Amino acid sequence: MAWSGEGCEHGLIDPTTETPIPPPDPGAREDELAPIEAAVRAFIGQWRRHRRRVWGQDTGDELPQTGLAGEFAGWGGPPGGRARHWQRRYEAIHGSSPDMPAWLVARRHGHRHWWHGPRRVGPLRRSHEDRLLGGVAGGVAGRVGLDPTVVRIAFVLAALASGFGVTCYVLAWLLLPTEGEHSSIASRALHDWRGIALALAVIPVVVVVLVLASALGAGWVGSFMTAFGIGAAGLVLIWRNVGEQERDMVARLTRPLSRLGFTGGGSWRGVVVRAMLGLCVAAGGAVVLLLGSNRAVVRPLGGVLLVVAGAVVIFGPWWLHIVRDLFEERQARALAEERAEVASRVHDSVLQTLALIQRRSDDPQQVVKLARSQERELRSWLFEGQVPGAGDLADTTMAGAVSRLERDVEDRYDLAVEAVVVGDCELDDHLCALVDAGREATVNAAKWSGSPTVSVFAEVELDEVSMFVRDRGVGFDPGQVASDRRGLAESVYGRMTRHGGTAEVRSSPGGGTEVVLRMPRHRAERDQAPAR
Amino acid sequence: MSRPRVFLVDDHALFRAGVRAELGDDLEVVGEADDVEPAVELIGEREPDVVLLDVHLPGGGGGRVVEAVKADHPSVRFLALSVSDAPEDVIAVIRAGARGYVTKTISGPELVDAVHRVAAGDAVFSPRLAGFVLDAFAADPTVTGGATPSFDPELDQLTQREREVLRLIARGYAYKEVAAELSISVKTVETHVSAVLRKLQLSSRHQLTRWASERRLL
Repeated sequence: MAWSGEGCEHGLIDPTTETPIPPPDPGAREDELAPIEAAVRAFIGQWRRHRRRVWGQDTGDELPQTGLAGEFAGWGGPPGGRARHWQRRYEAIHGSSPDMPAWLVARRHGHRHWWHGPRRVGPLRRSHEDRLLGGVAGGVAGRVGLDPTVVRIAFVLAALASGFGVTCYVLAWLLLPTEGEHSSIASRALHDWRGIALALAVIPVVVVVLVLASALGAGWVGSFMTAFGIGAAGLVLIWRNVGEQERDMVARLTRPLSRLGFTGGGSWRGVVVRAMLGLCVAAGGAVVLLLGSNRAVVRPLGGVLLVVAGAVVIFGPWWLHIVRDLFEERQARALAEERAEVASRVHDSVLQTLALIQRRSDDPQQVVKLARSQERELRSWLFEGQVPGAGDLADTTMAGAVSRLERDVEDRYDLAVEAVVVGDCELDDHLCALVDAGREATVNAAKWSGSPTVSVFAEVELDEVSMFVRDRGVGFDPGQVASDRRGLAESVYGRMTRHGGTAEVRSSPGGGTEVVLRMPRHRAERDQAPAR
Repeated sequence: MSRPRVFLVDDHALFRAGVRAELGDDLEVVGEADDVEPAVELIGEREPDVVLLDVHLPGGGGGRVVEAVKADHPSVRFLALSVSDAPEDVIAVIRAGARGYVTKTISGPELVDAVHRVAAGDAVFSPRLAGFVLDAFAADPTVTGGATPSFDPELDQLTQREREVLRLIARGYAYKEVAAELSISVKTVETHVSAVLRKLQLSSRHQLTRWASERRLL
C-alpha cells in the first residue's frame, strides 16, 4: 500500500496478548466402570477435534453422544469424511453451501485422495503446528503433500519392525530446525560450550565408577555405567538446547507422574480398584508368560497381551491425560496463530485506512477514494484470496489487465468503474495496445463526461477481442471534436489502427458516450492459449 | 403502477436503514430481518411482493432463504443485493430462484426500478451478472476449452438474440437503451432476459459449477 507509511500508529492490536486458551477439563470422562469405552471415546473425540483444527474447520461442533458408533461418524474414511471437512471449510469461508458435490470441493482444493494433505513449500522443517511429539511427521507430510497420519503410521511401522523408525525420528528431530527457526537442536548443542562442559563432567564420574567396578570384579556395572554416562551427557545437552515449547511439553508430560501417575479427577477408591485390577491382569499375564503351557505360540502371545492389558488399565488414564493436554495445547496454538494472522492483516489495511480517513475527514473526495480502494483490497483478499499489497500476478491476462485498469482509474479519478470481462486470454503486444486504448477512453470519460460511473466491458472471442467503454455523461457530437479532445483521436484511434484494430466513438450531446474497440486475435497467440 | 410491498434481509442494520431511505415512497417496506431464520418466518407471515436479499448472511447463504420460502410461498419474488462479486455466490443465489442480482453500489432510482421490474415478474441483470452468464454459456466449445456438452443442448445454449441483449447489458445499457439499440420493444428485451434466467436456473449444474469454480481459481 502506497500510503501505509504516512504516520499511522502501529501496534493497534497486539495479537499476543489476547489469546484465549481453553481451560483444561480435568476428569471430564472418568468412567471407572467402562474405562475402555471412555478411553476410546475420548481419544477419538480429541482426534476429530484435532483434525478439524488442523484442517481449518469450525471448532464449535460438539461430539455426538450416541455411543461409539456415533464417534466414528464422518471420521476418516475415503473419501466422504475428508470431503465433508472441505465442504464445511468452504461454507465457513463463503457463507454458503458449495454449488457442487462435496468431493468436488475437496478435489478442487487439491485433495485427490484421503491420504493427501496440504502441501507446504520451502525447506524441510519440523512442523510447529501439526505435531504430536517433535513435529517431524507433520513437517515431512507437509513437504510431500501427504496426510500427517500416513507419515506417522509409517514411522510407527518402521519403529516396530526394527527400531529403524525411532532412530530416524530422533535424528530428524535433532537435525531439523522447527518452522520459523534457523538452527536445529544439534547445531545449537554444538555451540553450547557450557552444556558441553557439563556433559564432559560426566566422564570423570564414569571413569571412577569403571575403576571401582573392575576392582570389585563387577564388570556388568562398568558396561551399564558407560551407556548410562553417554546417555546422561546427551540428555543434558539436548535438554539445554530444545526449544522453550518442547521443554514445557516434557515438563507437562512428567507432571502427572509425580502424582502417582494418576489424573487428579478420579477418586482414591477408583484409583485403588483400577490399580488392583491392572495388577491382577498383569500378574496373570506374567504367570502365563513364565509358567504357562509349553505350546510355542500361546504362551508368549497370551502372556504379553495380558501384561499389556494390565499396563493399559493402570496407566491408561495418565496416557489419556497426556494426549488430551497435547491436543488442547495444539488447538490453542493454532487459534492464536490464526488470530495473529487476521489481526496483522486487519492492522495493515483496514485500521490504517480508518486512521487516514479520520485525519482527512474534511476532504470528502479523499475519504471516498480511500474507502473505495480499501474496499477493493479487502474484497480481493476475502473473496479471491489475493494477499493485499502483493504484485498482481494476473496482469499478464486480459481479465487481469482490465481489473488493473479499473483499479487505477478509480484510484486516480472520482468515479466508479464497473468492469465486466467475458472469457480470458494471454496478453500480447496488440492486446496490450487494446487495453491501453481502453484505459485512455476510460480516463477520458472520467475527465469529461461528468458521469459518476463508467462501464467497461471486454469480451474475448475466438477471432477478436472487443472492449466497450460507456458513460452516461454529457456526451458530444463526434463530428465536431474540439481541439482539446485530440487526445482521444491520437491515443485511441492511432493506437488501434497501428495494431490492426478499429475504434469507433458513438456519442450524442446529452446521451452519453460509448467507445467501441476491436482487435483481431493473432493466430499463434490464439493457438497457444485458447480462451476459456 | 401499484406500490410493491418490499421486505429487506441484510445483516447490517445500517445498510437496511440506507436502503429503506433510498426506496422512498414508491415502495412499501413491510419488514426487515437480519438472518435466515427470522427472514423465513417473517416473509411467510407478511407475504411481500419482493424480497431484497443479501447474498451473505450469518446463518448461511441467501440461497437458503429463497429455497425455504419458495416451497410454501411461490408468489414471493427475490432480488439479490450483494457486495460480493464471487461468481459462485451470484450463481448460487440465482439458481436457488432469485429473479435478479444487483450490486449494492446501485443508485436509488435504479434500485427502485429493479424492484418494480422484479415485482412485475421480470428478471433483473446487472452488467456483472450478464458478463457471468455470457462467460458461463460460451457459445463455441473451442472458446470454453473443450467443455463437455451437457444433457440438454436446448437449455445450455443462448440464442443469438439473447446473447446480443446480454452483451448490451454488460456494456452498461439500460433495458430501454437495449431496446432502442436492437430496434425491439422493451417488453421483448424483458422476455429475452427472463428466458436467460430460466436457462440459468434449469440447465444442468455441471457446466455452471465447473465454470464458477474455475473462474474463482483465476
